[in-house]
Amino acid sequence: MQSALVVVIMSFIVFSGVFLVGDPVEILVSDDADQEEREMMIKSMGLDKPFLVQYGIFISKAIKGDLGDSFVFQEPALLLILDRMPATMELAVVALLIAVLFGIPLGVWAGLKPESIASKSIMTGSILGFSLPTFWVGIMMILLFAVMLGWLPSTGRGDVQIILGMPISIFSWDGFSHVLMPAVNLALFKLSMVIRLARAGTREVLHQDYIKFARAKGLKETRIILIHVMKNILIPVVTVLGLEFGGLVAFSVVTETVFAWPGMGKLLIDSIGLLDRPIIVAYLMIIVFLFVLINLLVDICYSILDPRVRLQDIKS
Amino acid sequence: MTSIEHNTKLEEEGYEGVQTPLRRFLSDFCEAKLAVAGFFTIFIIALLAIMAPFIAPTDPYDLATVSVLDSRLAPGEAMMTGTIAHLGTDGAGRDMVSAMIYGLRISLGVGIGSGLIAMLIGISFGLLSAYAGGKIDSVFMRIVDIQLSFPAILVALVLLVTLGKGVDKTIIALVVVQWAYYARTIRGTALVERRREYIESAVCLGLSKNRIMFRHLLPNCLAPMIVVGTMQIAHAISLEATLSFLGLGMPQTEPSLGRLISNGFEYILSGKYWISVYPGIALLVTIVSINLVGDRLRDVLNPRLQK
Repeated sequence: MQSALVVVIMSFIVFSGVFLVGDPVEILVSDDADQEEREMMIKSMGLDKPFLVQYGIFISKAIKGDLGDSFVFQEPALLLILDRMPATMELAVVALLIAVLFGIPLGVWAGLKPESIASKSIMTGSILGFSLPTFWVGIMMILLFAVMLGWLPSTGRGDVQIILGMPISIFSWDGFSHVLMPAVNLALFKLSMVIRLARAGTREVLHQDYIKFARAKGLKETRIILIHVMKNILIPVVTVLGLEFGGLVAFSVVTETVFAWPGMGKLLIDSIGLLDRPIIVAYLMIIVFLFVLINLLVDICYSILDPRVRLQDIKS
Repeated sequence: MTSIEHNTKLEEEGYEGVQTPLRRFLSDFCEAKLAVAGFFTIFIIALLAIMAPFIAPTDPYDLATVSVLDSRLAPGEAMMTGTIAHLGTDGAGRDMVSAMIYGLRISLGVGIGSGLIAMLIGISFGLLSAYAGGKIDSVFMRIVDIQLSFPAILVALVLLVTLGKGVDKTIIALVVVQWAYYARTIRGTALVERRREYIESAVCLGLSKNRIMFRHLLPNCLAPMIVVGTMQIAHAISLEATLSFLGLGMPQTEPSLGRLISNGFEYILSGKYWISVYPGIALLVTIVSINLVGDRLRDVLNPRLQK
């Protein structure tokens, strides 16, 4: 219920916000068009109607899944964005995998041996990961791996294969080499976040009675860590990661711009430059929708992982 | 100041071990050498930024001396005017050292300015929310919740798309992004402090609500605000740089560090690294030092972690 309200409010804010941005007609109409042609253009795009009417039309169409046609491409904005979505999703998923696969082991290690040099450098690294502006790291990676060493390509997406109806580039070497740098770049921030969460969680869990009990039972240390510790640190990690997945998608705007990755974010930035109103509105609406959806999913996952939440709900 | 003087006096008289909160805070803070180093770096960077017109070798805005003939000189080459560009020049022929010092000034100004405004707004709303409770509280906090469920970059992006480029607009966007963090933090602290006896006695004395809120409640909630404030300023600087890089934040006429990096990005593939690399390092050093200080402040000011 609240989620629906958020979507509606956001649609209004986004629409009225974008409505205020410069006049797209100025950019789209060629300079030598006369007054009559201009007016035709304005009429054909529905820009002559009052604001509220435009908003009403927008909403009634949006419910049917039509977010308007792009001014520039003359195609439905929704289709254009959905067309770019797999690229962004692939990037975000690969980044998330990198963050989890490297973040949790490193974080647990740092939590188990907080005084060792290795974990201190892991923690310093994670401060760096937090502090470094993503786009600059991206530029540095291009400079190092593409310009100086020439190991990885700097832009684009490379070979794509159609798998399950979606173009995916990770399964070929060429595609993988293209996806590697942007994904690592996008993952860095989340990676340091996962490290910190996993470390904090591990340190907290280690002092709990059930760990002492497990030790007293004579369980192997690896078993204790892999099962008893892991299970308990996963709760905060999953919550944050779920919430952060949306963040990844949003942040991919930056990474995509740096690496010229043909995703939704790049489309947004290009459209802002062209004042292509329907695409901007459609992108923001999709993102808002995505966020509301993710929040819902996280809540559900959370109650599966943590029985206490379920119990509370039943009581209340 | 007086408490420090007072302390030194006490020490001279042989009362060692007497600790005022400020002194304990300082000695705790100084235990971490990295944080102290961070603090001094910030100090130097701030000094550079404030003194920019006096320190910078050339004036990057002075069109009379900036020449396109100087553009993209490698570090160490001499410019037309004879000045040696120690870190090279950018695409418009500006000396990188000077451009960076001025850029630092803009980045820091926008970051700190927006941080302070956001803090003021956040404090007002958070305190009011905690003190008034009831409906006001739930409405404010619902707004905060909703806003915080969206990532900062997205909110800033939406705002800047709407508002357009410009210093004032960038600041507005950064304030809108940040205020909710402050509001939530101070509300949390204020809710705890509210139940303390001193507030109760202030209420019994019949003091006005404003007085209680700002003179009694606020000073006792400031410690976490300082921590959030430092972290947020670092965040704001980084966010501003990112937005400027995307071509949304600061206008070309007032190049912040992010803008400088973005200008250099076009030349990176041809190996002209210095235009992007050096402003980036300056940005990095600034943000890392602020975060180091903030990290330490959190440890020191957090009562739960105190021995």
